Amino acid sequence: MLPLEGITVLEFAQFMAGPSAGLKMADLGARVIKIERPGSGETGRQIALKNIFIDESSMVFHTANRNKQSYAANLKDPDDLEKVKKLIAQTDVMTHNFRPGVMEKIGLDYDTVAAINPKMVYGVVSGYGPVGPWATKPGQDLLIQSLSGFVNLSGNEADEPTATGLATSDIFTGVHLVQGILAALIARNRSGKGSKVEVSLLESTLDIQFELLTTFLNDDETLPKRAKKGNAHVYLEAPYGIYQTKNGYISIALTPLDALAKAMNLQLPEAFQNPKVWYEKRDDIMAFLQEQLIKETSAHWLSIFEALDFRVSEVFDYKTLLNHEGYKILQMDQEVETSDGISMKTTRCPIRIDGNRIFNKKSAPKVGEDNALIEKEFNLS
Amino acid sequence: MKKPLEGILVIDFSQYLSGPSASLRLADLGARVIKIEKPETGDLGRGLYFSNVVMNGASSMFHAINRNKQSYAANMKAAEDREKVYQLIRKADVLIHNFRPGVVNKLGIDFETIKSINPEIIYAELSGYGKEGVWKDKPGLDLLLQSLSGLTQLNGNDGAGPIPIGLAVVDILSGAHLAQGILACLYRKETTGEGGRVEVSMLESALEYQFESITCYFRDGGQPTIRPKSNSAHAYLGAPYGVYATKNGAMALAMGSIPFIGGLIGCEALSKYETPESWFNQRDEIKDILAKHLATKDTKSWLAVLEPADIWCAEIMDWKTLMDQDAFKILEMIQEVNMADGYRYKTTRCPIQINGTWLTSEIGSPVLGEHNEKINKELAS
Repeated sequence: MLPLEGITVLEFAQFMAGPSAGLKMADLGARVIKIERPGSGETGRQIALKNIFIDESSMVFHTANRNKQSYAANLKDPDDLEKVKKLIAQTDVMTHNFRPGVMEKIGLDYDTVAAINPKMVYGVVSGYGPVGPWATKPGQDLLIQSLSGFVNLSGNEADEPTATGLATSDIFTGVHLVQGILAALIARNRSGKGSKVEVSLLESTLDIQFELLTTFLNDDETLPKRAKKGNAHVYLEAPYGIYQTKNGYISIALTPLDALAKAMNLQLPEAFQNPKVWYEKRDDIMAFLQEQLIKETSAHWLSIFEALDFRVSEVFDYKTLLNHEGYKILQMDQEVETSDGISMKTTRCPIRIDGNRIFNKKSAPKVGEDNALIEKEFNLS
Repeated sequence: MKKPLEGILVIDFSQYLSGPSASLRLADLGARVIKIEKPETGDLGRGLYFSNVVMNGASSMFHAINRNKQSYAANMKAAEDREKVYQLIRKADVLIHNFRPGVVNKLGIDFETIKSINPEIIYAELSGYGKEGVWKDKPGLDLLLQSLSGLTQLNGNDGAGPIPIGLAVVDILSGAHLAQGILACLYRKETTGEGGRVEVSMLESALEYQFESITCYFRDGGQPTIRPKSNSAHAYLGAPYGVYATKNGAMALAMGSIPFIGGLIGCEALSKYETPESWFNQRDEIKDILAKHLATKDTKSWLAVLEPADIWCAEIMDWKTLMDQDAFKILEMIQEVNMADGYRYKTTRCPIQINGTWLTSEIGSPVLGEHNEKINKELAS
């Protein structure tokens, strides 16, 4: 039995953060019903990567919304709103990411919902928290990466600020929302009462920088610098980084510089011998190592380093990775299918429960695909 | 406020970042977390220093990750110590470890043994690459997982080589997934009495993190990942998505119609890119035009025309600039915590808010074995 079986989630949330939370709860066994605007549905249906669409909705939408149902309702229409309130009375969790004030206007703010269903766990995603001068600013992944200091951590010293090339803020915010909701469900088992759970993109993006921020705050607030070349972490000493070889790239993680030099048959210059300088002189040290590493192939270096159990790796692209037996044994991908029979290959939930991988064949729903079923089952009309 | 996980006992054998970040979140949510540490050395993360910052004898990283936990030093290879830890495990709700395969058998904490001691426990384990296959014995370090999983191909500009994300994003995400699985199983345990097993690997977490771009790779027939030539912030999104230098700094520009943005910023050359398809297909030339134009004025003057038109944009800030903002201060994201010897330090708080209250705790990290006496007394009573 999947751990969240029996839980029903109403997902008013759109785009990525909220829906990725819904996806994780669906994978863990909950039933997730998207509440969507009739006709066009959630706005994220139109946001595409590489302009790729599966049906009338984008591939990205299908990726984040597989294994869910859809109930179309116009929240500004009193009859539809009444039906949604009936749904709220019979379900466990709801999530939304409307800007502050919107749910109050609709009449589905936390207090109203708690009056309808005191056991409801009510999850809210915002950009910058519910109050303050930024509360009404648009909260979007790249913007949050930009103003949270996160873009100053990746890339090399002379590069422009470098964002992560995927929706990191959204994804972590969604993860934190799930954590809060599940904790609130556990508390509900004891108290009989629901809770309001709030996360924001800004706080979640600060949270993922927690080790670095703690260092900054206790280091006289000195701003760190990215390494000149091969940067992989603003605070870690050489050799931590990425290096070019004769035919590719390798990464070297926590490995003592003296041991590394010895394995490479290198005489470490006097100036680099004291471990205390491995951080402050890392640009020079990394340049020194790079000069040598480029002379041989990745395989050459890896065979030497791996034999010594050094923390090193090849750098793969998707083609190499996804065709590698180390990937295949994970069975990390699955085929999902829409109600029209259009199939798509995507990833599965990364969490294994009771020794089992979690697969589910259902792709994302069409807008309102499950209205008839849900109206009947929950006695809405 | 009563925290949602009050009364939950977590026994944590994990070290470094991945596992301990999961137990930190459980502690934030109200659980009691006891670190079981090897006498003398303890969690190896204690000595993993960031830029040589030493805080009361341990690394800033350790202090960030292990606040609000207790430490019990025990040699699991000595019968007497092991028996005491087993007594603790009998009372526990959750056990966490992140050892490489095989180590748990030597320490007597493999799944079968633990299950026989406490059938209702939730046994949670975090590995680098899963427990089978050619990679299972490889060291599971964040940078290596970023390198192997394709993640370094997504960040930075085309031609820049692999660019890792400058913090331990895979450690933190896999820890967060572990916490999700544990919470889901705790919910089930409280509902049905059933224990559970949760397994997460850093590799599977890194793959799910990239679910959008990997699904895209499957869908587009395995095309190589190509990052924009300049101003890249996402390999699979069209212009304007990126970070741009301005006359006095840098700004991020997320999504929006190119001719509309061109009109707002007075850039006639953008008017010819009329279709959304062209914003992706011709993103390099569009970004080039945008970059040249945005470099001519200050960040503030661009935001002044873009923000009122609801175009998603933001100023790039470093931590100092951010922390000076009222919008940051109002979040009270920084908390001060105390160690038992009176040492105080600043760190971040949990990003989740429940019922309008932040989850905070003034308890700092423990010194190795700090709670042996207290816990031994509890066990004896």
